[in-house]
Amino acid sequence: MFEGLPLLSLLVWLPVLGGVAVLLTGAQNAERARWFSLGIAVVVFLLSLALWQGFETGEAGMQWVERNAWIAAFDIYYHLGVDGISMPLVVLTAFSTLLVVIAAWEVVRYKPAQYLAAFLIMEGIMIGVFSALDAILFYVFFEAMLIPMFLIIGIWGGPNRIYATVKFFLYTFLGSVMMLIALIYLRIQAGSFGITDFYGLALPLGTQVMIFLALLAAFAVKVPMFPVHTWLPDAHVEAPTGGSVILAAITLKIGGYGFLRFSLPITPDASLALDWLLIGLSLIAVVYIGLVAMVQEDLKKLIAYSSIAHMGFVTLGFFLVFRIIAAGGGENGALLALEGGMVQMISHGFISAAMFLSVGVLYDRMHTRMISDFGGVATRMPVFAGLFVLFAMANAGLPGTSGFVGEFMVILASFQAGFWYAAVAALTLILGAAYSLWMIKRVVYGEVKNDQVEALEDINRRELLLLGSLAVIILFFGVFPAPLIAVMEPSLAALLQIMVPTL
Amino acid sequence: MKLIYLLIVLAPLFGAAVAGLAGGAIGRANAHRLTILAVAVSAGLSLWVLYQHVSGTATSFNETIYTWAMVGDLRLEVGFLVDRLTAVMMVVVTTVSLAVHVYTVGYMHDDPGYQRFFSYINLFTFAMLMLVMANNFLQLFFGWEAVGLVSYLLIGFWYKKESAIFANLKAFLVNRVGDFGFLLGIAAVLFYYNSLDYVEVFGAARAAPELTMSIFGTEALVVTVACLLLFIGAMGKSAQVPLHVWLPDSMEGPTPISALIHAATMVTAGIYLVARMSPLFEFSETALTVVLVLGAITALFMGLVGLVQHDIKRVIAYSTLSQLGYMFVALGASAYAAGVFHLMTHAFFKALLFLGAGAIIVALHHEQDMRRMGNLRRYLPITHITMLLGTLALVGTPLFSGYYSKDAIIEAVHLSDRAGAGFAYVAVLLGVFITSLYSFRLYFLVFWGEERIDPHAREHMSHLPRYVLPVMQWPLILLAIPSVVIGYFTIAPMLFGGFFGEAIFVAPANDVLALLSEKFHGSFAFALHAAVNPAFWLAVAGAIVAWFFFNFRPSLLPMVNARLKPVIEVLENKYGFDVLYNQGFAGGGRLLGRALWRVGDQGLIDGLIVNGTARTIGRLAGLLRGAQSGYLYHYAFAMILGLLLLLSVFVANWQGWF
Repeated sequence: MFEGLPLLSLLVWLPVLGGVAVLLTGAQNAERARWFSLGIAVVVFLLSLALWQGFETGEAGMQWVERNAWIAAFDIYYHLGVDGISMPLVVLTAFSTLLVVIAAWEVVRYKPAQYLAAFLIMEGIMIGVFSALDAILFYVFFEAMLIPMFLIIGIWGGPNRIYATVKFFLYTFLGSVMMLIALIYLRIQAGSFGITDFYGLALPLGTQVMIFLALLAAFAVKVPMFPVHTWLPDAHVEAPTGGSVILAAITLKIGGYGFLRFSLPITPDASLALDWLLIGLSLIAVVYIGLVAMVQEDLKKLIAYSSIAHMGFVTLGFFLVFRIIAAGGGENGALLALEGGMVQMISHGFISAAMFLSVGVLYDRMHTRMISDFGGVATRMPVFAGLFVLFAMANAGLPGTSGFVGEFMVILASFQAGFWYAAVAALTLILGAAYSLWMIKRVVYGEVKNDQVEALEDINRRELLLLGSLAVIILFFGVFPAPLIAVMEPSLAALLQIMVPTL
Repeated sequence: MKLIYLLIVLAPLFGAAVAGLAGGAIGRANAHRLTILAVAVSAGLSLWVLYQHVSGTATSFNETIYTWAMVGDLRLEVGFLVDRLTAVMMVVVTTVSLAVHVYTVGYMHDDPGYQRFFSYINLFTFAMLMLVMANNFLQLFFGWEAVGLVSYLLIGFWYKKESAIFANLKAFLVNRVGDFGFLLGIAAVLFYYNSLDYVEVFGAARAAPELTMSIFGTEALVVTVACLLLFIGAMGKSAQVPLHVWLPDSMEGPTPISALIHAATMVTAGIYLVARMSPLFEFSETALTVVLVLGAITALFMGLVGLVQHDIKRVIAYSTLSQLGYMFVALGASAYAAGVFHLMTHAFFKALLFLGAGAIIVALHHEQDMRRMGNLRRYLPITHITMLLGTLALVGTPLFSGYYSKDAIIEAVHLSDRAGAGFAYVAVLLGVFITSLYSFRLYFLVFWGEERIDPHAREHMSHLPRYVLPVMQWPLILLAIPSVVIGYFTIAPMLFGGFFGEAIFVAPANDVLALLSEKFHGSFAFALHAAVNPAFWLAVAGAIVAWFFFNFRPSLLPMVNARLKPVIEVLENKYGFDVLYNQGFAGGGRLLGRALWRVGDQGLIDGLIVNGTARTIGRLAGLLRGAQSGYLYHYAFAMILGLLLLLSVFVANWQGWF
């Protein structure tokens, strides 16, 4: 029923225009702004489901393509489309934004209309990032994304927000400038800004390495990979709950998406030549960051570090492919790695959102995030405690939750590259459980620690809706990930062909 | 059949979901009715399935339920494999679970978390069934971790108790260390045998038993590496040295789950795993030797620790560790059937002992210290008799179930020529003496001698609701029956009758049970054989020593303790494992994490590079500000310099210098 519609354009511009409308009309009336934003978010989410519903699962190429001349003089097109890699991310974006709008309901009291508008605009831009097929269009969205997030942290953030925003901005901006240079170079070589037109370029290795490094500067910061990760804990700590949710659930994924859409297909030889670097950094993320996460005293920092460790599996899966094939793992092994990384991205979107929303629930009541201020929450908030334990278990990769699927696939795949890759990666079983469950022990279990905890009230219906729906999704994809994997497989198999044409 | 198997698995899941999510709405009585009914359905159907297998009307079932994921050509599935090994496990799991469910009605009668508890134990039954009924490694791992989750939730059931939430975190993390190996083992299986399906993997392993891989700089048999990695998982779940430390602490949980999870079912998952993987282990002499030796070490040394415990549950917990060691000894000697046989008999009499201990604990108002018990046979006659029967079974009294299963293991190791079998034989023989000693120590301290009961506890005993003790005693009686007789009736078919058929594979050269069967002339003759058996006399000796010091002449005990002080100290410190792990690994990990955070993240990356760059840029900007002098000739000069520089680049380019 949506075949004739420019669905992707709607998904990009409806939230942006909706956000502007909220800004214009809602400043005086917070209630109206909330309902209007909710309406927009729901419609966008439903449209994203329509996108999924109309998506041809067996198809590797781009679907829902729109292409119009934008800046004809420079050959820049308004070119949108999604494949099995980007479509799930679009749906995830729409879903996360809906969560954020609901999560803000009674909680955000300072300029709620502006807050909601910022997230709606952010949503459109992020969907734009995932669906842009023109390099310049991508770049514009990629950069534009910084602005609403900058404002969200800068206006609704915590006490140290200025340091965090500047750090966040500089880190990510520095990376993307390098990317722009690389994109312009590619335009000159390919004669077009079409991202897929870059794929066939036969560039010499030296050039590929330069381009690869330029792209790496942009994407590694977003993921974030060690050692350019230190902006993330600061940004999370200062960001309001919604900001953390979007940051963790979506913006980190843009880094992983960038590797799949740009680095691996455009510079496969450089990816092969430098895979040791990426694999090394990913494994450091799993172990080093896992250990650092364990000793955090601030709940949000702990989850932020755990995000970095989890994202390590994404990049590990992506860049292990060459070694898996060299060691005889074949196409199955390579797909296991790529799909594992991709599933990990989607799953982490849900789990990190759930974790940050849970911390938000506690923060709204206690106005602290220090682990040492909590203890015995289960006594006062049994329903919340049950959900929080479930999310922590998912974070620790318990089978039956979505958190298991990606890690399991990547660990199985990494064994095919060599025993030691798998042995280091599998340390996450211990570390992930240690930082997640030690935190649970100190926050949820134990005697009621103080009067503030004693006064806690269990989650209300709105919060139950938020956390409950996430719980259902996390369990569903843990028990039955097949539909998710089926959607992404053709596109990832096609990517694999570009990366390793001899396969 | 598929529907029946699905029903067996899903009934307890349904019960768990309803009792867990709507426990408040349906109330306490309905929660226990529903969950008991669910387990009863599973148990009844499991018994029927076993009957079908025994009578020969059912053949083994191996089918996919659904495809979990497809990756390239690789199928990851959820499916059931039900053969005779599975059927035995299903019956053990569901019947003990049923007994524990009923018992819980009494044990937890005054607990505010009543519905939650029933939800958890129903969920456990589901998870354990998924584990034993899996036909592939993916589902096995799911069940493996899911029982770990429920164990975590139940050890920490009383979540306000600091010792309980310490114990459950410890249990989960130690198990995760085991799972680390287990998952790598699964990865090895997938890589070298290209499948996660049991049948396909076993076929591939049989087709290429000589396949090698390079690891640690040498070439090793793939099957050895895979088996050892999988066995690390088994060591975690079945609490074998050095991953045993969590099991004694797990006693912080309510007693019904100590019986169900930490004695009868979950901790035997490692035994089941090795038995199920016999088509792999049989090709690796090295892996079997490791299983044998570690099992023997656990059997002997953990039994010794049980001698110095005062907490009634901890004595039984160390006994469980030791008995699990016996089972691994059997597996390591290629006597898989004997290992599973002991698993079965042990499940009944150990669950009985735990539930008996729980009855005492409830009667004495949560008193667990044996130093404040004594002479309880007067107050709890049924508990006394059933626990005596359980004790007799455990120490291996002829005709009792434990005699058959334990003696079969000892004889099998005796006949084995595997490396380490000599050591294992000595260890399990000494273990018999130890077992008898700690078991009768417990028995005499609790049921005989002078009364050392706290007055409040005695007061409490008379105020218990009237249904509490009966509802707890019925399961004791029901478990006492198989504890006594099941060995007599099942040893012949299970060990010597080829009962397990295709489910367990033993290479002809390793088949010690076949050797043993030549000496076997029926259950009764096997019992009479005890008279010429060192094991029997060792057990008698243990009982006599226990009687002498803990009943006849307790006044001599302080003198003995003083003489043995250094030994007792070592045992009380549990050989120092806890100190090493708590301070070495847990403390060291935290220390390392803190160091990496402070030095790496905050010091080097943020301090030196990020903020350092910011400072440097600030300084550079200061310099540049200095350059903006406002004098025209400065600017002109800079422009000319720049132009020259650019020009030189172009010139260089034309000349081809680059």
